[in-house]
Amino acid sequence: MKALRQLHCGRHQIELYEFGHGEPLLYIHGAGGLFGFDPFLEELGREFRVIAPHMPGYGESTGSELIEDVFDAVLFFHELMDDLGIPSANVVGHSMGGMLAAEMAAFDIHRVKRLVLVTPAGFWLDDHPIPDLFSTDFKDLPALLFHNPRSDTAKMLMMTPDDPQVLTNMYVERSKRLAMASKLLWPIPDRGLKKRAYRITAPTLLLWGESDRLIPQAYAEEFRRHIRDCRFEAIQEAAHMVMYEKPNEFCRRITAFLKQ
Amino acid sequence: MKFHWFHLMPYRVLPDDFTQEDRSVWVDIPRSLYDPKVGHRLYNEYLDQLEFADRMGFDGICVNEHHQNAYGLMPSPNIMAGALARRTQNANLVVLGNSIALYNPPIRVAEEFAMLDVLSGGRLVAGFPVGTSMDTTFCYGEVPATLREKYLEAHDLIIRSWTSPDSFAFNGKYTKLRYVNLWPRPLQQPHPPVWIPGGGSVETWDFCVDHDYQYSFLSYFGYKQAKKVADGYWEVMARKGKEPNPYSLGFAQVVAVANTDEEAERDYAPHMDYFYNRCLHVYVGFVDAPGYRSANSIRAGLTGQIAKSGSWKREGLGWRDFVEHGYIVAGSPRTVVDGLRDAIKSLRCGHLMMLFQIGSMPPELVRKSTELFAREVMPHLRDLWPEYQDRWSPHRLPPEETAVAAPLERYGQGDNTDFAASISGGRMGEAVK
Repeated sequence: MKALRQLHCGRHQIELYEFGHGEPLLYIHGAGGLFGFDPFLEELGREFRVIAPHMPGYGESTGSELIEDVFDAVLFFHELMDDLGIPSANVVGHSMGGMLAAEMAAFDIHRVKRLVLVTPAGFWLDDHPIPDLFSTDFKDLPALLFHNPRSDTAKMLMMTPDDPQVLTNMYVERSKRLAMASKLLWPIPDRGLKKRAYRITAPTLLLWGESDRLIPQAYAEEFRRHIRDCRFEAIQEAAHMVMYEKPNEFCRRITAFLKQ
Repeated sequence: MKFHWFHLMPYRVLPDDFTQEDRSVWVDIPRSLYDPKVGHRLYNEYLDQLEFADRMGFDGICVNEHHQNAYGLMPSPNIMAGALARRTQNANLVVLGNSIALYNPPIRVAEEFAMLDVLSGGRLVAGFPVGTSMDTTFCYGEVPATLREKYLEAHDLIIRSWTSPDSFAFNGKYTKLRYVNLWPRPLQQPHPPVWIPGGGSVETWDFCVDHDYQYSFLSYFGYKQAKKVADGYWEVMARKGKEPNPYSLGFAQVVAVANTDEEAERDYAPHMDYFYNRCLHVYVGFVDAPGYRSANSIRAGLTGQIAKSGSWKREGLGWRDFVEHGYIVAGSPRTVVDGLRDAIKSLRCGHLMMLFQIGSMPPELVRKSTELFAREVMPHLRDLWPEYQDRWSPHRLPPEETAVAAPLERYGQGDNTDFAASISGGRMGEAVK
């Protein structure tokens, strides 16, 4: 069952996807947001009750002006869980969403049962500078984000429409999304997680696309140094967009970890 | 009609293979390309040119702020304006301007502008640009999504710091200050005229019109391309029931004058090419950070100073195309008079900011073009817009109250009497309240 629905959450109107039943799984998307074609969510819905909101500023979700920093963002997800009647959940976060998932688990250790950080942002290593996603021209994004930029998946997700009106709409939506993300990631994606990460008690899986060029694997090491109950897994022939590039493998690893 | 001589102060000796070897003239241009010894000569050469423009009767000399680039070498235009204040007497100092969201606290800008206004005897125009995406978000790390809000707050603080009779506390979101108490305060009352340089954001029109500021549209794609922006601006003026006073609109135009059209092409073409191809060689990813422009401005499709579409607009274009499209107004004095009259009338602008030093142009050509313009072009266009009053130019001190740089050989002798003796302990400042 696929469901895109709207709900009031605090001062926001939020659009979210919901799939399946069972133990709740909150999925927090990355800076680019959900594509509207995200088959891994439905796949995870076979085992869990998947809740995947568009963050404020993404899709039809409103109130991005209320989210100005990490604290506002964490508060938003806490409020969303309250409104859905979910006291605690498994949380899976990708990239910027991984940073927020880690922050949630550090802020309130009772909210997050098990934590999956998929190539998370949140740290900065001078020896491994993260490429500047915001200045990367759209045509150069596939090479930065995908293991095989010429794969059908990459082409479909990174398609540039010919119709100028559609193109403008796409540009406006992308600009709106990344503007929201800029408040959490610009100009350096470090908002002090290293100060709080020691508080995370939830068992944590660090999941990487083997050839991630945006957030290199050196960052997995850094997360392992900060989070006590933490394991690392990498998926072959996948990069930053691992959940789109290897959806079955991605879901299998997460399910195995969460069912432990 | 008012004419201003605008300097970008470009680095004019970039290597020939620059556009092949390096992706951008801005933000991440290799530092190794800058030679400070060359820079020393350039600053002095460029200041000479602005001082020459003062002598040739231009109404204003303009400087502006850019960072980490070879397109314009003035991270702090105030330093240049400070240097100019002492060796010029007539021209207004048009600082176009300071990107006020970048300064913490922004009263730094209020202070420096007040200093310039006092130093120059009230010749300052205070420009408040938001700043380009390259300068503000990429070079100075401002979060694009909150840049405009921060800019507006800084503006409110600066204006209040100039106009409030008493010290006040300021509780902003981006700046909190217990004591705002500006020393010195500006000479012009209530404050220097404010000009807002814009690159084509629709919100800026409302802002200018609501505050009665002059709007300066800065683009290098000429008056024909600028028509859409000017029309949008005048539409807002009409909607708000304001007088369509041409002096409320400024426009930047590349100008080059020679004795004949052929001579102009021969002398200036290589330098135009340098300007359009090397100085504007900006990596596309730096031009428009996400959130830098509002959805409305994106949809309006306006192209500003360094337009996203800039590269395709100039690709493969030569001198004739530049002239034909109106990117540049160039040729004999007669050709330039006709071209500029057309530009001024079609845009309805009362202030023209003109680039005479273009790209790699050497000083002898800059002088020729400037001189020909002042002698053989300016007089023919002076009388435009006689029915309107220019409410956006500075009000300087009368000559008898204006101090000038003292001749050093006679310093402290004879005519340097102590003016303070006549004030003799009174509270003169009170009178101004």
